[in-house]
Amino acid sequence: MSRRRAWLLGASLADLLFLYAPIVVLIFFSFNASRLSASWRGFTLQWYRLLAEDHALLAAVQNSLLVGLASTFVATLLGVCAAVGLERVPFKGRKLVEGALLLPLVIPEVMMGVSLMLFFALVKVPLSLVTVTIGHAAFNLPIVAVIVRARLRKLDPTLEEAARDLGATAWQAFRRVTLPLLMPAILGSALMAFTISLDDFIVTFFTAGPGATTLPLKVYSMVRSSVTPEINALSAILVLVSMSLIASSLVLQRKSPTQD
Amino acid sequence: MSPILSSHDGEPHPDQPRKISCVAWLLAPPLLWMGAFFFLPLLLVLVISFASRGTYGGVEWSFSLANYATVADPLYLKIFLHSLVLALVATVLCLVLGFPLAYYIARLPVRWQGVWLLLVMIPFWTNFLVRTYAWIFMLRTEGLLNSLLIGSGLIDKPLEVLFSDTAVLIGLVYGYLPFMVLPLYAAIERLPRSVVEAAWDLYAPAWAVFWRVILPLTKPGVVAGCILVFIPSLGAFITPDLLGGARSMMVGNLIQHEYLVVRDWPFGSAVSFVLMGLVLTGLMAYLRTEETMNKPGEER
Repeated sequence: MSRRRAWLLGASLADLLFLYAPIVVLIFFSFNASRLSASWRGFTLQWYRLLAEDHALLAAVQNSLLVGLASTFVATLLGVCAAVGLERVPFKGRKLVEGALLLPLVIPEVMMGVSLMLFFALVKVPLSLVTVTIGHAAFNLPIVAVIVRARLRKLDPTLEEAARDLGATAWQAFRRVTLPLLMPAILGSALMAFTISLDDFIVTFFTAGPGATTLPLKVYSMVRSSVTPEINALSAILVLVSMSLIASSLVLQRKSPTQD
Repeated sequence: MSPILSSHDGEPHPDQPRKISCVAWLLAPPLLWMGAFFFLPLLLVLVISFASRGTYGGVEWSFSLANYATVADPLYLKIFLHSLVLALVATVLCLVLGFPLAYYIARLPVRWQGVWLLLVMIPFWTNFLVRTYAWIFMLRTEGLLNSLLIGSGLIDKPLEVLFSDTAVLIGLVYGYLPFMVLPLYAAIERLPRSVVEAAWDLYAPAWAVFWRVILPLTKPGVVAGCILVFIPSLGAFITPDLLGGARSMMVGNLIQHEYLVVRDWPFGSAVSFVLMGLVLTGLMAYLRTEETMNKPGEER
């Protein structure tokens, strides 16, 4: 028995090593004083300083934040509408709408990218940050809808009914009872959508026009051209940002207003 | 939209008509958005896949199956096969690597399970480009792996791993391993310990405990994990683009190449649809097995 457990533990630790080693190594070498070598030549922060002075990079960060905020706003607003609409009243075809909303989560991202590119080309809308935002809102909407709907299902329907019995209109009951209970899930899914938007490369790649460079597009072109300590430093920052965003999202989603 | 939204099959309730209209109002904006920016573009891809390429790269509207015939050309069929093989190998590798980890986590005390699951998920929340770059950094000729191996005297010439199928496989397994571990964990966690212990008590050899007890009873998790790894691997773009060489082209790269480099949109669309067909077939197969497995008394 104990030999089996030791074997399992060993295999599991090897998996974790596989998962973490590349990221840890990457971050470690962002502090390496040597520009070319993969051996340690002393500690430095100069690559981070270089990043802070890279104007094209800062412009890309700004673009990413703009797209992230705008697309998250649209996706959250529409995603909550979809979740509430789907959950509250049964009607024929609900299964169809549900399945349709899940489709964006399973089709290859490349396909979503090229289809949007084709669409914008045919309706003669020039590619820009706006088209990127539209695309991001389209793949984030179902994600928000799924998360909010899961929370909605766990809510006690008698709470809203009680509000109605006490004379509240449907809108008042929703606004004053259901919505506050949903808030953690809404904020959590919005943070997740924001993170996904900040990280997205493929859909952005196909829907961004000239001058609409977002951070992942910039990272991609940097990675394609060379391996430099600046990319390591940038990666380290991105790792930190994504993780803190997702961590806050999870904390919000877990925060339970009811006693479940 | 109205035939879906105006029909109602609940009990007749005084509030019903008003509620229905309220819901129609709520569902309309998200459905319109998804219709305009997801389904309509997909439909366009389908329509254009039957058209042909204009002289200057535009689209000439006509109906032909020529693009789909071209997909069957050995040159392109090879890329499809190559993608299928890479995705399949990546899936098997994830299963082999992920199963012990999932099993270990599922048998930990409950308070530790959350911590370990979090540990599995954390790398997954890191930007995909960054994770791929990390492997470029590790695998390139003058990278860490080679300097470690040469420094320790194990090899004297650097290994050329980067820009090969091996590198693509490493990237795919690295990217999607969490997708395998989570459903496996969920399935193993539900597997009663007593069943496995009974097998041991009856002197079953280790392979039999695994093949004849653990694996059949955790099949839903295995299938779910395999689908979750296989689908994104098949449509992968970043991994083969950055880690693969000229000969590791996958379908995702072919689509990008046809759209942006050759500018043959109709053919690129046909390739996209064949890829989507493959993905949806896999998904259907998964839903089918899940259905039969959820029916009690069937499929042992």
